[in-house]
Amino acid sequence: MSHISLKKLTVSYGNHDVLRNITIDIPDRQIIAILGPSGCGKTTLLKSLNRLHDLNEEVRISGDVILDGINIYDPQADILALRKKVGFLSQRPYPLPMSIYDNIAFGPRIHRMNGEQVLRQIELLEKNNAMLGSFSGFNPRIDRSRKNSEMDYLVEYYLRLAGLWEEVKDRLNAPAARLSVGQQQRLALARALAVEPEIVLADEPTSALDPVSAALIEKQFKLLKNNYTIIMVTHILRQAKRLADYVIFLYMGELVEHGPAESFFGSPQDERTRAYISGEIN
Amino acid sequence: MKSRRMEEVLFKWLMIFSLVLVMMALAGIIFVIVLKGASALSLSMLIETPKGGYYLGKEGGIANAIVGSLYLAFGASFLSVILSLPVAFALQREYTSRRVADWTRLVLDILWGIPSIVYGAFAFVVMVYFGIRASLLGGIIVLTLLMLPIMIRSMEEVVRMVPLELKEVSYSLGTTKIETTVSVVLRQVIPGTITAVLLAFGRGIGDAASVLFTTGYTDYMPSSLLDPVASLPLAIFFQAGTAVPEVQDRAYASALVLLIIVLLVNIFSRILERRFSKYVVK
Repeated sequence: MSHISLKKLTVSYGNHDVLRNITIDIPDRQIIAILGPSGCGKTTLLKSLNRLHDLNEEVRISGDVILDGINIYDPQADILALRKKVGFLSQRPYPLPMSIYDNIAFGPRIHRMNGEQVLRQIELLEKNNAMLGSFSGFNPRIDRSRKNSEMDYLVEYYLRLAGLWEEVKDRLNAPAARLSVGQQQRLALARALAVEPEIVLADEPTSALDPVSAALIEKQFKLLKNNYTIIMVTHILRQAKRLADYVIFLYMGELVEHGPAESFFGSPQDERTRAYISGEIN
Repeated sequence: MKSRRMEEVLFKWLMIFSLVLVMMALAGIIFVIVLKGASALSLSMLIETPKGGYYLGKEGGIANAIVGSLYLAFGASFLSVILSLPVAFALQREYTSRRVADWTRLVLDILWGIPSIVYGAFAFVVMVYFGIRASLLGGIIVLTLLMLPIMIRSMEEVVRMVPLELKEVSYSLGTTKIETTVSVVLRQVIPGTITAVLLAFGRGIGDAASVLFTTGYTDYMPSSLLDPVASLPLAIFFQAGTAVPEVQDRAYASALVLLIIVLLVNIFSRILERRFSKYVVK
């Protein structure tokens, strides 16, 4: 299981420090909520965990993000392998400009996975977690006479895992852009899981969704947390209470407080945390 | 209150007026060209080569100019696409710093603004230096030079419109820059790219000044890249410049043929665009 920890991470845009001196060890196989008011650096923190700031010339980063013992900001670090381990869900879902099927198959194809590897990946996931044990109607038999049967199987598996299969099984070749926003977010989840990450980063994954779709995403997260570390940015206090096992509270670019959800919400230590939980600041 | 309402009405009518003016310009062009050209247009004009010395006779046709123009415009468009797409992609922030990209845009905008006769004169000097005679090849080269800035700038605008988040999603799956560019960005920009090609094609096929020195004069069909080649804009130019009314009418018939070619290419590319925009993410 991949493990992630931060040492003295400082992120700045130009001369402005968005995050200052963040040091934290992130627990595994839990839902971790990054909480805090708007503009406090939540998304910046999330994106620095898989080097998504690389695309922005103005961002300067110092300090370490250690993933499995390797500092990902080390110039020698293999960024492709790193990103494969760390999945990402954006605030507004962006389907890739291709069919529903190809959206899921995209990652495995990029990583040149062959049929055998696809099967082994799913078998392993099922053996350890029986992720789909609760789903009815899933027939894990593979018709080897058909071309791409393994990839078909993989696409179906991950679409089921993200709770989208029943809605799209008859139109897998339709453009993904035609799905509703809620379906697109679950597609994004399936697409991220298909490359078998161990950590999933989610940037306010439900904020663009209707309540029903949002509830579906939350339900999937609860199902997935036994097998993945899910780090989720949210500014919805109630969502953090519903989902989080562990909370990281940021305020004005500073790590104010972090700890298990129960103690965080039950007996906050810092003045600012108390003010935030009670709704005095937001 | 009354003056504000007056303002609203005034500007509404101003907009309608401008719109109608633009529509009338197109209608006017089509009307005049059809009126004066249709009577002179005949089958023999479309399928025969000129008789009586470089279009100035009343017999024969403009088949060599039609074929020549198609060769020139499609050849140059093809060459331009091959050269423009990589440049448009290279100007993305992954590959080029903003400074360099801005300078490149400035250079391209200046090139776009240079009159085509200057391109013709420049290409003529280059051709003399390399010992290339006025030919189809020379024409394709000068038209490519003329088209490149238009095509690159229009393509690059479309590439720049690709949401950063879409690229982030792709990178977070562990793709390389080139994989993201080819598998995601390219798919997203194909419809816009077709518009860019169309813009450049339109300028290329209609330009007389740049091919004046570079393609040569001939009454025959081109049979190789090194043969001189006739073109529709020059055919119009020479026919319209005579004192003989029948030959002048033939200039309008040639213009009508050119207009029809441009309209057909326009319609065809719209259809292509629609087909490819199915998968585009908005």
